[in-house]
Amino acid sequence: MASSITRIQLGRATLVLMLAALTMIFIYVPTEADQGVVQRIFYFHVPSAWISFGAFALVAIASAFYLWLGDQPWDDLAYAAAECGMVFCTLFIITGSLWARPIWGAWWTWDSRLTTSLILWLLYVGYLALRNMADDTPQVARFAAVVGIVGALDIPVIIVSVRLWRTIHPSVIVTREGGRGLEDPRMIATLLVAVVAFTALFAWLLTLRVCELRARSRLNDLRREFALAEAAAGGR
Amino acid sequence: MDHLGYLAAAYSAFFVVIFLYVVFLWRRQHALEVELRALEARLKSRASGASARGGEPPSTD
Repeated sequence: MASSITRIQLGRATLVLMLAALTMIFIYVPTEADQGVVQRIFYFHVPSAWISFGAFALVAIASAFYLWLGDQPWDDLAYAAAECGMVFCTLFIITGSLWARPIWGAWWTWDSRLTTSLILWLLYVGYLALRNMADDTPQVARFAAVVGIVGALDIPVIIVSVRLWRTIHPSVIVTREGGRGLEDPRMIATLLVAVVAFTALFAWLLTLRVCELRARSRLNDLRREFALAEAAAGGR
Repeated sequence: MDHLGYLAAAYSAFFVVIFLYVVFLWRRQHALEVELRALEARLKSRASGASARGGEPPSTD
């Protein structure tokens, strides 16, 4: 009951924050001089990327705790965060591609940041494939936890890729020359509101997914209980 | 430079993906709850049937 109320409240807060972010993106923030209106993709593209990095970092932390303590809730949290992180990772790749086409003239380029981002996406596709295709056993959960931790090692590589290698991908907060990536304070405010809205959206989706995993766990317990009851009745 | 089509496509893609994921979660959760309720009811009726016959309820260990 309490979790149901939390889910509803979180859902409402997410809706309000998303509406505020959309209002700022389409009404408040000025149009960028060089790129025009298409630059507004930035306010969904960047928060999607940051949230997916946070989600996969959460997968690594929860997986490490699961390997250490062996408690099922840590594994549920890692699994749920990986799935929600994949949604945001897919979104930042799609929105990035739609932004790249008019600005770079190509849907995709094998640039260092794009390539390392694709590697991250593929690593967690592997993680989710493992979870979906293999049986739900502690051995599979431990193996998935190792994949979840190794996958997160790609996040710092993505972050520093724009400084380590030659790239056409822009740097958001600090430019390669050390200046600020966003000059207009309205752009910074809009980005911050979008990040808060996306964080709430992620938290809501994560809560929904964790509740579902708990219900599945309860169902499996009941199935075992029922099978035992059937076996006991048959033996009489 | 005016690329409204790309802007519309990016925002539409975002909301379509989120909507589909929420629907997918909701359907899975609903199916689980239906199955849970049915199984709980079967377990309860089995336990009450056993106690009505005067026997011990089935072991749940």
